[in-house]
Amino acid sequence: MALIDTTMIWAVIIAFGVMMYVLMDGFDLGVGILYPFAPDEHSRDIMMNSVAPVWDGNETWLVLGGAGLLGAFPLVYSILLPALYLGVFLLLAGLIFRGVAFEFRFKARTSKHYWSIAFAGGSTLAAFAQGAVVGAYIQGFEVEGTAYAGGAFDWLTPFTIFTGIGLVIGYALLGSTWLIMKTEGGVQDWAYRVSLPLLAGLLGVFALVSIWTPLVDEFVRERWFGHLYLIWLLPAGALLCAWTLYRAVRRRDEGLPFVATMGIFVFTYLGLLASKWPYVIPPTFTLRDAASAPESQLFLLLGVLFVIPIVLAYTAWTYWVFRGKVRADAGYH
Amino acid sequence: MELDPILLSRIQFAFVVSFHAIFPVFTIGLAAYIALLEGLHFRTGNPAWEMLSKFWTKVFAVAFGMGVVSGIVMSFQFGTNWSNFSQASANFLGPVLSYEVVTAFFLEAAFLGVLLFGRDKVPKGTHLFAAIMVAVGTFISSFWILAANSWLHTPAGVELREGVFHVTDWAAAIFNPSFPYRFAHMALASFLTGGFVVAGVSAWFLLRGHAIEANRKALSMCLWLLLVLAPAQAVVGDFHGLNTLEHQPTKIAAMEGSWERHAGAPLLLFAIPDQAAQTNHFEIGIPGLASYILTHDFNGVIPGVSEVPRAEQPPVAIVFWSFRIMVGLGLLMIAFAVWGFVLRLRGRLYEPGRFHRLLPWMIAAPFIAVLAGWVTTESGRAPWLVYGLMSFSEGVTPSLSGWMALTTLIGYMLVYAVVYGSGAYYFYRVVTNGMEAPDHPEHGVGRPMRPLSGADVSWDDPSITAPATR
Ligand code: HDD
Ligand code: HEM
Ligand code: HEM
Repeated sequence: MALIDTTMIWAVIIAFGVMMYVLMDGFDLGVGILYPFAPDEHSRDIMMNSVAPVWDGNETWLVLGGAGLLGAFPLVYSILLPALYLGVFLLLAGLIFRGVAFEFRFKARTSKHYWSIAFAGGSTLAAFAQGAVVGAYIQGFEVEGTAYAGGAFDWLTPFTIFTGIGLVIGYALLGSTWLIMKTEGGVQDWAYRVSLPLLAGLLGVFALVSIWTPLVDEFVRERWFGHLYLIWLLPAGALLCAWTLYRAVRRRDEGLPFVATMGIFVFTYLGLLASKWPYVIPPTFTLRDAASAPESQLFLLLGVLFVIPIVLAYTAWTYWVFRGKVRADAGYH
Repeated sequence: MELDPILLSRIQFAFVVSFHAIFPVFTIGLAAYIALLEGLHFRTGNPAWEMLSKFWTKVFAVAFGMGVVSGIVMSFQFGTNWSNFSQASANFLGPVLSYEVVTAFFLEAAFLGVLLFGRDKVPKGTHLFAAIMVAVGTFISSFWILAANSWLHTPAGVELREGVFHVTDWAAAIFNPSFPYRFAHMALASFLTGGFVVAGVSAWFLLRGHAIEANRKALSMCLWLLLVLAPAQAVVGDFHGLNTLEHQPTKIAAMEGSWERHAGAPLLLFAIPDQAAQTNHFEIGIPGLASYILTHDFNGVIPGVSEVPRAEQPPVAIVFWSFRIMVGLGLLMIAFAVWGFVLRLRGRLYEPGRFHRLLPWMIAAPFIAVLAGWVTTESGRAPWLVYGLMSFSEGVTPSLSGWMALTTLIGYMLVYAVVYGSGAYYFYRVVTNGMEAPDHPEHGVGRPMRPLSGADVSWDDPSITAPATR
């Protein structure tokens, strides 16, 4: 079989889409998670303003992930979603509340408080649900034929609760380093202060997951302690980014912390993919088993390869239009 | 009682999609209207156009934001509740829905920012361009989603191999037999919705003597539009029905309340269909008319529901009545458009009167008609997910239990009640706030891609009340 075929290209596209989503929606969810801990109401306004221009576009990557999965790897779509049924509901409920709270809070006076709670709660819920999904994915799914055969709560185990909390911490770190880059004065000082404890927390989660996973999963153990030495470059890269982040925060760099945090996410994500490769529904189906018909993959590919660069271009353009610090006096009310 | 996951999933799908649907039909029409207003302002420089555009952009922002969050739910419904169906039809539905994301959603999201916040930031031409792009995006979106939906009704261009649909002909699958009719009918429905909302609100403002010049222009424009579109919708609907007769005869039979195949069928104005007895009670009808409409012959033969086994019959009462609600409202819309035309001929279009008092009530009509239309179409497809090829029970998620479906159904109901209750209240604030509300200067920071923020009316500031009556 040819090395490069549509299935491989699609694997890369979906992996890229999910990565885009995690990085982009990650920092705005993170800002929501940090929200209740902000020093004062004024800082909260600034925090919201800093992500306001972009969050909706960020979430479109999630929609692309869903539709793209259905198009290219339908088996993943139709096994994962039933398996995570209640988790998906929590995720969506979180995203809905967050999305509208965002908007109404700016306009509210007397009811502002409730929308703040909805914003922080929705963000945290959505982040936790996503982390639990990652954990459930590492755990694997019970499958019969081509359908999910497990129970409603299989996805909710101590391990997945732990990965859920882990992602909440990770997103919070993305959020705090984003704030370092986009704000100044008091908010920025506060963001500097919370970043290092969050980093410590994240490294703790890493350490535990790295020990836990090979213990429970033979495939992963074999992958990491077999003969594939190059794979260790990935966690090494993540640690290097963590070190860079630590230094950058101490030096009070403004842009580097965010970049370094994104680096941690990218390397961890690649590590996760490498652990399971080539399985997409561990432990049953590989990438090829899950693929849709070649003609469908090709039909979609033609359009996507043409459109995605354009999408990236105008996404970059909006970030550019709103570059620079969110000024304290640019608050809404 | 045993909880039935299939029935609950159907109710859940109907609930979330109906909530979703009312926003697109409105935003599609309104986006085009805003683009038109921007174009007029660009050409003539008349501030009345700008004022209208600013106001309706605020409303648009609210509706669009609500549409987006409910849409995100939709894109996961297929997988969570109908996983076997997703798996079987992914080769077609997957690419089509993905194309919707990459060609429409990203386009809308990007240019929306410029439309909502860029008025003073980008050159006028760019702003107009953004308005047009958003309108185009909503159309591309409905193109793809209706291709997907029409294919479920009249599947074409595919081959069923080992329980999975494989596409053999993309053009045939996308432009399947019912697609052109559904697309045209839905596009007109969107314009009618936008038209009746704008006309209703304009009439309401005129009654209160608010922003007279702009609202007169808006009212007049909308009434011209409705005068053309409302009758056109009836014509397109008629063709749509003929097409359905060809491809889904049982659905037509249910719509007409016809149980047995027979010639010279009456057009029933009233009846109580009784599925158990396979007959109607209390029929009132116009003899021969249904046959005439569908076959252009008073003695034409109309199919009957009982030609197919019980298990394959759609719920006749639901289809029958929702169809009558839609058509009835369609006729009412034509009546209003004509009434407006008569007033215009007599030169009394702008005189506040009964017409202006009734028109705001008509805002609800297109929304109800759209939902009734979808209920007709979709319930008429029952028990098929993919018409004639895959049934509800084959498509449902095997691991889904009744209580899981019930939990999320109640969950969505609660979440939507809070969110859309708030949204409706906010929409009401925007309208009662009036057209000449001062722009809050502190809003000038420009925040794109965040739909609702285009509306800068206070949520609960008590100092804002309805515009003064005269
Ligand atoms: C005729 C038009 C139409 C119909 C029948 C549907 N939609 Fe829709 N949808 C739109 C027209 C639209 C739109 C006009 O493009 C929206 C509405 C408001 C908006 O923000 O975009 C949208 C938004 C929207 C979004 C959010 C997009 C974003 O992030 O910007 C998603 C994921 C979906 N829809 C998915 C669906 C699914 C899965 C449907 C069917 C079951 C569906 N829509 C029916
Ligand atoms: C946007 C407007 C729409 C509305 C208001 C609507 C309404 C409904 C309703 C009321 C049902 C339930 C019928 C029944 O169970 O008796 C239904 C079913 C269904 N619809 Fe739609 N629909 C819409 C669009 C779509 C689209 C665009 C698709 C697919 C691309 C779709 C796919 C389905 C499917 C798969 C079902 C079967 C599942 C079920 O019965 O709940 N619908 N819809
Ligand atoms: C006035 C005469 C009208 C006629 C004769 C008519 C006819 C029809 C028919 C036959 C269908 C079912 C198609 C099928 O699935 O087989 C339908 C569906 C529908 N109608 Fe109408 N209609 C009329 C007015 C309206 C109006 C005024 C609206 C809304 C403003 C509307 C909105 C819809 C919608 C949203 C659907 C479902 C989607 C579709 O199948 O196109 N209709 N109509």
